[in-house]
Amino acid sequence: MKYLHLVWAAMLRRKARTLLTLLSIMLAFLLFGVLDSVRSAFMEAGHNVAAVHRLVTFSKASLTVPLPKSLYSRIEAVPGVSEAAYVNWFGGYYQTPKHALGGEAVGAGFFALFPEYEMPATERRAFAAIRTGVVVGEGLARRYHWKLGDKIPVQADIFAQKNGSNTWTFDLVGIYHVSAARLESEEYGFYFHWDYFDQASALGNGTVNWYVERVADPRQADRIARAIDALSANSDHETQTQREDAFAAHLISQYVDMGPIVGAILGAVFFTLILLTSNTMTQAVRERVPELAILKTLGFPGRGILSLVLGESVLLLASGGAAGLVLASLVVGLVRARLGAQIPLLPVGWAIWLQGLGLTALIGVLVGALPARHGMRLRIVDALSGH
Amino acid sequence: MNSLVEILGLSKVYIRGKQKIEVLHHIDLSIGCGDFVALMGPSGSGKTTLLNLIGGLDSPTEGVIAVHGQRIEQLGESDLARWRAAHVGFVFQFYNLLPMLSARKNVELPLLLTRLSALERTNHADVALQLVGLADRAAHKPAELSGGQQQRVAIARAIVSDPMLLVCDEPTGDLDRQSAVEVLTLLRRLNRDHGKTIVMVTHDPKAADFASKTLQLDKGTLVSTAQGAAA
Repeated sequence: MKYLHLVWAAMLRRKARTLLTLLSIMLAFLLFGVLDSVRSAFMEAGHNVAAVHRLVTFSKASLTVPLPKSLYSRIEAVPGVSEAAYVNWFGGYYQTPKHALGGEAVGAGFFALFPEYEMPATERRAFAAIRTGVVVGEGLARRYHWKLGDKIPVQADIFAQKNGSNTWTFDLVGIYHVSAARLESEEYGFYFHWDYFDQASALGNGTVNWYVERVADPRQADRIARAIDALSANSDHETQTQREDAFAAHLISQYVDMGPIVGAILGAVFFTLILLTSNTMTQAVRERVPELAILKTLGFPGRGILSLVLGESVLLLASGGAAGLVLASLVVGLVRARLGAQIPLLPVGWAIWLQGLGLTALIGVLVGALPARHGMRLRIVDALSGH
Repeated sequence: MNSLVEILGLSKVYIRGKQKIEVLHHIDLSIGCGDFVALMGPSGSGKTTLLNLIGGLDSPTEGVIAVHGQRIEQLGESDLARWRAAHVGFVFQFYNLLPMLSARKNVELPLLLTRLSALERTNHADVALQLVGLADRAAHKPAELSGGQQQRVAIARAIVSDPMLLVCDEPTGDLDRQSAVEVLTLLRRLNRDHGKTIVMVTHDPKAADFASKTLQLDKGTLVSTAQGAAA
């Protein structure tokens, strides 16, 4: 610690250069924090939603290829399936295209499969009774200031009605709540009757996008999944049945595979950062050769010089990295506070901090190694005479 | 007078590409404890090389250098660094202070290699600055000091760990006459009042007058020894 002022002094020798380098490092670690938060959220998403006793059946060809609704009764009859429901995806917006809305048209019995969606019995009964009824999550209701009894017009993206209109009007009959904090993102659902959708929609009549099944014994899940898929084997609508967590991961990967994207961006960012900070450290040490020679003259050992230069590069990286991660925490916190769980971001947690600080140390040593070795090995007489 | 530095058969050869340059040729020399020796000679005569060898900054090609009985030519790099830290103070023509540190922090530098506490280091540095007449400039950075003041800070840094030997390479070479006299007077005081043995390289005969002995080097050979005006 008694050498810290020497390290600081070296860093502050060229304030503008140090500041610009720190800003670059901060920006890199801001990106690291935010992107890793997104990537982690995508990875976690499936696990959070998943329940061990639920299976999902969808087309083996693609999630976008519909399945016949006629499969429903046969799936229900598979031994081990205690309950089943069917779902159609629905997309549109509320009031303006900026208010995008992802909904699901669900068959009767859907909510029985999802006990984590807590809703008063009166609202469940209202949903069952009203054909244009819709049930939404508390988060979504809060976002658009909806209350029970409201009429909600939604402009559909794809699913026009048979009468040519793109406007679907729903009656808000239920608002569900999810207690578990890890399921916070589930509070933005928008569920309405499949029957209403199927009868009014100009497209895809008599079909569904996927089935959800509840199995009595989760240990039998694989056997039951195979039995369900066997129902459509060698047909034009072969199915693939998965546990819910695998399905969630599959669903997310249909949109985007975050891992390689985040990896590629961060790889490019850190590669550039290494080049930049290497250059900074090399210049900084080259300018200070006479000063390092003086330290050696005074009796500082070669290892001491090595430690001073490495300390400088690690401190530079650690300062910028920590500032970047603090900024990432603030940005992620702000986005989560403003947009709730709709944007898949996890707080910048200790794991990201540990990884980030580990990276700062690693890059610090990497970029400081060559200049430090140069400082350690310089010959005093040559350095003082300017050779 | 006891001998502090004993040099026997000292040679130094530099190799530049295929060329061998013999800078010092079989030097024999004895410097007593408490001596103030001026090393003079034309450019390229080997003055600074000899000074660097006495100060343990370079190693000879041949010969013996014993300082206070320690054969320093036999020491490895780490041991030599430790030896320098404990026994030698250095003063250079261009002061060689660290520009980002205050005068006090510059003077403290050699003490970072000791076991002294931060408070003790500060106290020692303040005493050294007081000795060179710069107690009121302790918080100033080198750029805020005149050349003469910077050289006095460098001298304070050289004496702060109380070494027995000071090696000074053209300490007045970058100073005006008035500052040069102040610096030389200070060195003489350190020699006379504090018993420091000083070896100083200089081109300036007036500077050599402050020494008790003058050695003349020419083409790597010691050609004459004379008692200085201050003897």
